[in-house]
Amino acid sequence: MNRLVLRGGEVVGPLGVRRADVLVDDGRVIEVGPALEVANAVEIDCAGSYVGPAFVDLHAHLREPGGRGAETVHSGARAGVVGGYGALVAMPNTEPALDSVPLVRDVLERGRSSVLDVAVCAAITVGRAGERLAPLADLASIGVHLFSDDGTGVANPLVMRRALEYARPLGVRLAQHCEDAALCEGGVMNEGEWSLRLGLGGRPAAAEEMMVARDLELVRLTGGRLHFLHLSTLRSLELVEAARAEGLDVTFEVTPHHLTLDESACAEYDPDFKVHPPLRPRQDVEGLRRWAREGRLDAVATDHAPHTPEAKDRPFDEAPAGLLGLEHAASLVHEALGENNPVELFRLLSRGPARIAGLDRRGAFGLSAHGGDVAPGEDANLVVFEPTATWVVDRTRLQSRATNTPYHGRSLVGRVRHTLVRGQLRVREGDLR
Amino acid sequence: MRPIRGGHLLSLDGVSRDQVLDVLDTAESFVEVNRRTIRKVPALTGRVVASLFFEESTRTRLSFETAAKRLSADVISLAVASSSVKKGESLRDTISTVEALGLDAVVLRHRSSGAAEQVARFVPHVHVINAGDGQHQHPTQGLLDAFTVRQVLAERHGTSGPESGAELFAGLRVVIVGDIRHSRVARSDIAVYLALGATVRVVGPGTLVPAEVAQWGVEVSDDLDEALEWAQIVGLLRLQVERGGGEFVPSLGEFSTHWGLSVERLGALSPDTLVMHPGPMNRGVEIAHAVADSPQSLVTRQVANGVPVRMAVLYLTVAGGEDR
Repeated sequence: MNRLVLRGGEVVGPLGVRRADVLVDDGRVIEVGPALEVANAVEIDCAGSYVGPAFVDLHAHLREPGGRGAETVHSGARAGVVGGYGALVAMPNTEPALDSVPLVRDVLERGRSSVLDVAVCAAITVGRAGERLAPLADLASIGVHLFSDDGTGVANPLVMRRALEYARPLGVRLAQHCEDAALCEGGVMNEGEWSLRLGLGGRPAAAEEMMVARDLELVRLTGGRLHFLHLSTLRSLELVEAARAEGLDVTFEVTPHHLTLDESACAEYDPDFKVHPPLRPRQDVEGLRRWAREGRLDAVATDHAPHTPEAKDRPFDEAPAGLLGLEHAASLVHEALGENNPVELFRLLSRGPARIAGLDRRGAFGLSAHGGDVAPGEDANLVVFEPTATWVVDRTRLQSRATNTPYHGRSLVGRVRHTLVRGQLRVREGDLR
Repeated sequence: MRPIRGGHLLSLDGVSRDQVLDVLDTAESFVEVNRRTIRKVPALTGRVVASLFFEESTRTRLSFETAAKRLSADVISLAVASSSVKKGESLRDTISTVEALGLDAVVLRHRSSGAAEQVARFVPHVHVINAGDGQHQHPTQGLLDAFTVRQVLAERHGTSGPESGAELFAGLRVVIVGDIRHSRVARSDIAVYLALGATVRVVGPGTLVPAEVAQWGVEVSDDLDEALEWAQIVGLLRLQVERGGGEFVPSLGEFSTHWGLSVERLGALSPDTLVMHPGPMNRGVEIAHAVADSPQSLVTRQVANGVPVRMAVLYLTVAGGEDR
C-alpha cells in the first residue's frame, strides 16, 4: 500500500512552518492540511518533527565505476536516504572518469535500481585530464546538467574558457574544484601555524581564492554559468557574492565539515580529517556559519568521499583526502544554523541544491522533481527531521561501505526520522526499510 | 605535554622545564656509565626495545641501539630495506607484527610527520619514542642539544649540569639558522630552549622561514650577521636538499654565501660563542669545512651525548623512573 499520511508534523515551506498532516499516494502529495481525515493509509508519526522536501546532494562520490571497495551507487544511495536525501548527484572522478554517454548511462542505470534518485555530474574534460573537452553536448542531450573535473580543477584557463563558452548555449552549468594545484604542491592540510607546527605541507587559502577569482573573470569574459564546489574560506564567499551582485551567473556550495570543523582537528594526524580543500582556521569556520545564519549561502553539499580503511590507514601525508558526509550532513547543518532555523535548513539542503542541479523539475534522466513545496501535486520526495533528537555517530553502524567519518563518537542534535522517495517510505524512524 | 616518565616521547611541543630537566639530569647519571670499562647497567634487563627505522639514518639508529644495549635491554632491529614494508605492508600491520613478538618500547623513525603519534595510538601500552618523524619533531635531538649546551656552560662556570638546573639557560641567546621550514630538529630545539628560558632567534631565506614561526615565541631576524653577533649559541641546520629544500633557494652556492657559517663569519663571532649542528652536515653549504672542525664547534660532543640522553629517555619512558 502506497497510501501514507504523515501525521502531526510541522510542514516547512519556503517562508515558514505550519502544523499540518500530509497525505501521500501513488508517488505524489495529495493533500496537506490540519487533522486530515484519511482512511486506508499507513499512519506515520511526525510529532515534534519538521516535514519538508527531501534533501538533494550536489556532490556525492559514489565510486562507481572503479571504486566499489569504498562505495557503490547502491550503498551510497542507502547512506543518502538514511541522511534524509531523496536525490544525489554522482561525481565523475571515478575510474574511468564519467566523460562519455555510455559511462554516464551505466551509473544512471544503477541509480534507477537504488533507493533514491541518482543524477550524474559528468566530466568537463576527457579523462579529467584538463586538456580536451568531453562530449558536453551529447551528455547534455541525455539530461546531464552539471559538469566538473572535481578532485581537481581545470587548471588551464584557456580550456576553462572554452568549456564555459561551449556549455553556455547548452543550458548546463560547470562546477569547479577551486584549488590551484601548483600552489598546493605537497600540501595535505591548511597552510598556517598548525601545518608548520605539525610539519605537514600546507594548502594555502590563496590557492582556492585565486582560482575563484580567475574563474569569476572567465565567467565575466564568456557569460558562462559556473558553480563553485565546496568553498571553504570567507574570502572566497565574498568574491562570489560580489561578482553575483554584478550580475554574473554563479552559484556556490559549502560543506557540512567546513561549517563544523577547523584545522586544529588535524593535530592528531588522523587521516579521517584530511580533506581537500582542507579544514580551515577557526575564523573561516565561524565566518561560514555566520553566512549560513544570515541566509547568504546557496547550498550545502556533502562532498561525501568514501575511502577504504586500508587506503586511509596510512600516515597523514600518504592517505587519500576525503571524508563521509551523507549520513550526518543534516544534523551538522542544523547545528551550524543554531538549531532553530527550519526554513533555512531546507533551503540549504533541498531547495537550493535542487535548483542548481536542475533537479527542481521532472524530466532530467526521468527523475522526479525535488526541492519543491510540500503541496498537492508535487512528487512525494519528503523528509521528516526531528530537531531535538540527539544521537551519537557510530562508524560501525553506517550504511556507507566506508567508515571514514571524522565525527565518530560525536553527539549530534537533530535526526532524520523518515525519508520518502517518490512516495515510497525508504526510511522509517531512522531505519532503512 | 603528556608525561615522559612511564609514557611516550613523541614531541617536545609544549614540554615543561621540569620535564626537560628530568631527562637531562637522568642523562647526566648515565654519562659516567659510558666512561666505564664495562659500559653497561642492568636498568632495562629483560625489556625489549624495537628499533624501527623506516627512513635511513645510520647515526641516530646506532645511537639509540647503543643506548638500549647499555641499559641491558634486548634490541629488535627492523631493517626496512629487506622487510615486508617494501611489500606494501601498512605501518599498523608492521607495528602489530613486531608487537606480537612482545616488546616494551618502539624507537621509530619515519619519513611522514605524525607517524610516531599514530603508532602510539596503534599500540598504546608500548612506549613509543620518536626518533624523527618527517618534518615534525626529533625530540631526542632537541634534548641532547640542550644537554650539550648545559654541559659546556656548566664546565665554564665550574659547576655541574644537575647543580645548575636551568639557570644557565635564563636569557641565553640562541640563534637557529637556515631551513626552519623542513627541519624537525629546529622544532624540537626551539621547544626545548624556550622551555628552559632561553631567547631564540631564527634567521634564514624567506622561503625557509615561514612568517608563522613568530607565533612560536621566537624572534625572526632578517640579518644573519647581526644575529650571529648577538648569539651565544649558533644552531645550524642541514639544508634538506632531499626534502625539496633545494628548490627553495636559487642555488646551494647562494644559500652558502648568504646563510652559511663561513670561516669569515666564524671569525666575527665572539670566541665564547658555540656552534652546533645535528648532522649529517653538508660541509661547504650550511657550514664551512674548517668551521665544523673548529674548537667552537660542538658537533662531536653532540654525537657523544646522544647515547646518555637516549639512555635517559629509554629508561624514563620504559622503567618510568623506578628505582635503579
